[in-house]
Amino acid sequence: MSAATPAVAVPQAAPRLPTDRWRAIEIAFWLIPVVVFFAFPTHRVLGSQILITGLFALSLDLILGYAGIVSLGHAAFFGVGAYVAGLLAVHGWGEPISGLVVAGIAGAIFGYATSFLVVRGTDLARLMVTLGIGLMLYEAANQASFVTGGADGLSGVRMWKLLGVFSFDLAGTTAFVYSLAVLFLLFVFSRRLVSSPFGLSLRGVRENVKRMPAIGAPVAKRLIAIYTISAAMAGIAGALLAQTTQFVGLDVFGFPRSADLMIMVVLGGAGRLYGALIGTTVFMIAHHYLSDLNPIYWQFWLGLLLVVVVLFARGGIFGAVTVLRERMRGSRT
Amino acid sequence: MIGNLIGVLFDGVAYGSLLFVISIGLSVTMGLMNFVNLAHGAFAMLGGYACVMLMTRAGVPFLATLPVAFLVPAAAGIVLERTLYQRLYKATHLDQVMFSIGLVFMSVAAATYFFGPSQQPVRLPDFLRGQVHVFGLDLGAYRLFLIAVVVVITTVLTLLLVKTRFGAQVRASVDNAVAAAGLGIDVNRVFGVTFALGSGLAGLGGGLGIDVLGLDPTFPLKYMVYFLLVVAIGGAGTIKGGLVAAMILGICDVAGKYYVPQIGSFIIYFLMVALMIVFPAGLYGRRT
Repeated sequence: MSAATPAVAVPQAAPRLPTDRWRAIEIAFWLIPVVVFFAFPTHRVLGSQILITGLFALSLDLILGYAGIVSLGHAAFFGVGAYVAGLLAVHGWGEPISGLVVAGIAGAIFGYATSFLVVRGTDLARLMVTLGIGLMLYEAANQASFVTGGADGLSGVRMWKLLGVFSFDLAGTTAFVYSLAVLFLLFVFSRRLVSSPFGLSLRGVRENVKRMPAIGAPVAKRLIAIYTISAAMAGIAGALLAQTTQFVGLDVFGFPRSADLMIMVVLGGAGRLYGALIGTTVFMIAHHYLSDLNPIYWQFWLGLLLVVVVLFARGGIFGAVTVLRERMRGSRT
Repeated sequence: MIGNLIGVLFDGVAYGSLLFVISIGLSVTMGLMNFVNLAHGAFAMLGGYACVMLMTRAGVPFLATLPVAFLVPAAAGIVLERTLYQRLYKATHLDQVMFSIGLVFMSVAAATYFFGPSQQPVRLPDFLRGQVHVFGLDLGAYRLFLIAVVVVITTVLTLLLVKTRFGAQVRASVDNAVAAAGLGIDVNRVFGVTFALGSGLAGLGGGLGIDVLGLDPTFPLKYMVYFLLVVAIGGAGTIKGGLVAAMILGICDVAGKYYVPQIGSFIIYFLMVALMIVFPAGLYGRRT
């Protein structure tokens, strides 16, 4: 009927993967921790905590922001990693990097085993299963005090020198550099991952679960894969915490840790890797200074912030910035 | 041994009844609006505090405070539903979870600010204290009272849903909100009234439960899992499912803590994961 259509067709860009080149602003972002390291030498312990939690948030963002799995029990993997690394060191193997690898593998195995329970079911079922697994591990670690130290925590974690050269000091210098290096490596990995065809198919699952099988994407397999990867990263984050603080407390499995983590990711903007890191940084710094004033007020304001973010600032800090930028662009034209 | 078993069963049923009263509102609202509301326990807590404050500050007897424990959270529920919840019915589950966790945090902090962090006392009237002899068994009078209340509430709710015009509107909206709206049912109003009713029942449960569950500012967090479990296991939107799930949970929890205290609450979490795997949509849930 309309044979002339091809002639007036708008030239369309060939479908291609998002560009993977590092932008200047990204490089600037990664210079911030380096600057902080030298500018605030007394805050390196806090800094390393932020970096570790940032890695943990990154792992949650992969499944929450990219694959759309709402998890209320991500601390399970963090805790597994922390206890594996801690127990290794307690029982005579204090080499940090191999401990990190073992903890990552343990997290991956545990993540793979539980992924089958998580990928099936509705959002509510997922919420309950992840929550249940987290609470189960908390109870298990609490009861198995002959292994984990129970409520007193696992003490006697003694780490060897990092690379045989740098010992873990009280000022957190080694911890900071070590955490930053691990975070950066895994960030590069995640960044590559989410812009790969695999990462794009995850977004497809998030946007429309029903259509993905129709274009030949095996939804369950993809979700299992990303869940396992995310669990491994969470395990590594837990191991980092255990190694740098040389202590593992029962709270690594706690529900507040999972909930806080989700808040950080949503606050920063889920589905954006930098959002997870920015959200973590803002949350941790605010927590550090405000909860000293009064822990109860902190909780109130945190709750209010959540409600406001959900109602008025969808997409968190990152989303708000994007909207503002678009508005400014719109008013200019 | 047998006496023991019956005692445990009885306590479990009483505990389950309480869970049912508190959670049934959550079940109906979740089935109605598909809204994941983690803040349901906050309404129960509000009812509990309304009850305690009337008793300790104004000297009102326990039974007379219960209607207030229903009305205050119901009023709070309708205000919050109209102003905030309503905006999020179409939002993603993640947004709903974050929003309701935010409400929980605020309620915990507010309760601590106004009432202090300690457990609140409750003074039961004399005839509800102590034991009652029934068929040679010693049964707690208050637990018997709880079970009786739940029987009444379940009957009234079922009649309300099955026999009345409003009930028919609720059922139609649960089944298909769009078609119901097309038939001239004011779905929006149905949502609001149901939410208020559910919040009120939660508050009533909170008031009734002070003696069994305790009442302190962490209440909404401590029992959040239990309320969600009732809904998730029973299947959202059904009274029968909620009742069965609440009983299973109550009995298993009490029996687990009585017979194998060393593994404590492990049983309940295990049960929850196992049931969620076998019945992802709940025992009586509709598969979508």
